[in-house]
Amino acid sequence: MVLILSIEIISGLELSRDEEEALAGKSGEALTSAYRILVAIGEATGAKKLIPIKWVHVSGVNYNTIGDAGVQFLDKFSRTAKVAVKTTVNPIGYDRSKPEDIPTSFQEKQSNIVDSYHRMGVTPSFTCTPYEVFDIPGKGTAVSFAESNAAVFANSLLGLMTNKESALSALASSVTGKAPLSDLRLEEARNPNVGIEANFKFESELDFGLMGYFAGKVIKESSVAFSGMSRPSMIEAKMLSAAIGTSGTCGMFTLGKAKEKISFDRKEAKAMMDELNTADDGDIITLGSPQLGMHELDYLAKLVEGKKFNKRCMIFCSRAIHNQAANIGLTTKLERSGAEFMCDSCTCVTPYVTKEKYDSIVSNSVKGAYYLNNSNKVKVALKDIKTIASEYTE
Amino acid sequence: MIISNCKKIVGGSGEGQALVTMQPINFLSMVDGKTGEITDPKHELYKKSLKGVVLVFPYAIGSSVGAYTIYSIREYGVAPSAVVCYKADITTASGCAIAEIPVVDLPEGAHAIKHGSNTKVEADAGRIIVKV
Repeated sequence: MVLILSIEIISGLELSRDEEEALAGKSGEALTSAYRILVAIGEATGAKKLIPIKWVHVSGVNYNTIGDAGVQFLDKFSRTAKVAVKTTVNPIGYDRSKPEDIPTSFQEKQSNIVDSYHRMGVTPSFTCTPYEVFDIPGKGTAVSFAESNAAVFANSLLGLMTNKESALSALASSVTGKAPLSDLRLEEARNPNVGIEANFKFESELDFGLMGYFAGKVIKESSVAFSGMSRPSMIEAKMLSAAIGTSGTCGMFTLGKAKEKISFDRKEAKAMMDELNTADDGDIITLGSPQLGMHELDYLAKLVEGKKFNKRCMIFCSRAIHNQAANIGLTTKLERSGAEFMCDSCTCVTPYVTKEKYDSIVSNSVKGAYYLNNSNKVKVALKDIKTIASEYTE
Repeated sequence: MIISNCKKIVGGSGEGQALVTMQPINFLSMVDGKTGEITDPKHELYKKSLKGVVLVFPYAIGSSVGAYTIYSIREYGVAPSAVVCYKADITTASGCAIAEIPVVDLPEGAHAIKHGSNTKVEADAGRIIVKV
């Protein structure tokens, strides 16, 4: 017996003549690959056309995340590809001025990746918080951000318009200067139909992180509205953006209510905490995922003033933020308390933190906790930054 | 059973046993980039291999770098032969476009494909053939 299920779906991404020709191979292999990606994501998101974008942020820079296949892909791709638009890049695996016990093979592979991106002409920012380092274009500007925390932050707090891009789709946008006009690049998707209402008093940035992690799990649409809590500070907004990006497909939040409401009570917060918090204590402290910015560094310096960390404390931040902080004496203050700066890298999937070296670590990052647990297989004691500063200093 | 009028996301055709899940996948944290096995004990496909199967799943979640994991499993010869999504996402679409894994989107009818059934995806024709 043959049963025929028929479903009507309207397809229709239209390419210009130049785009068609590039797809067909007229402009070289790299651009053919790039247009093949743009067509696939255009179809997936229901786009009718491609539009120019002003800024691309690429992920897939840390060797631990892209592996040998990624190294080889980028090596080949970068031989014929050049960025067509301003392109910033995500963190690498480690701080090259502090190689410690990072294996030589890792260092070589990481260096190969950096060389590939350099050949393409990217800005070597090595940051997952480009929104804290670079000038922000005007509201409504179309961009293409991979790195989920940056995409959510850009849409929600800066009014930029990006889909939650993948490492490869952002790369395709980088070399073509184009992205599909669809999803969060259209107003419709930016008005959430479903809201999450916080029904208890938030005590720290960790509660924002847990709410974001919950939102990613339950929201199937591209945006979500949050209500019931105070307006997030910079630290809280970064934690929220990173957590949403970790657990789902949602790429934007608004503050306020929506037609449908889902409650976020202590019960839901505890369920998220139970999933991510897998240890009571840790061998070391890692801060930064997303990388810390000036707000967090300033806040932390005040919390630990006159005290010393009684465990190793790694602070992950971008080189640019480190330099800014150094200029006003902030890095000296934190180093006096025993903290160490690891620039250009981040807690997530860093080779500094392996199960061979550590049973568990302490962090305030929901995103960091997820990837340390699942990718690095290291257990995590999840605590807010204020608690960490008070419990682990003397 | 023939399911027609599927939306093509990435062209081509592929055949294999259907590996079906209702749970989304974070390719970076849940899939081994060299063996193609699902490594997350909490996922219902834990320890299952993606090699040669027709993967039927809702959509990818989480990390933007998951697209490279899809490319990696292709390079190691352990990729699915085709992918069917309930709602194809950017990570799956871009990863499969570079890995040349056919993808179709099937928002309403994907439940018709039963776990383990021999399934052929003809993406260019927008068609899935399931041998019942």
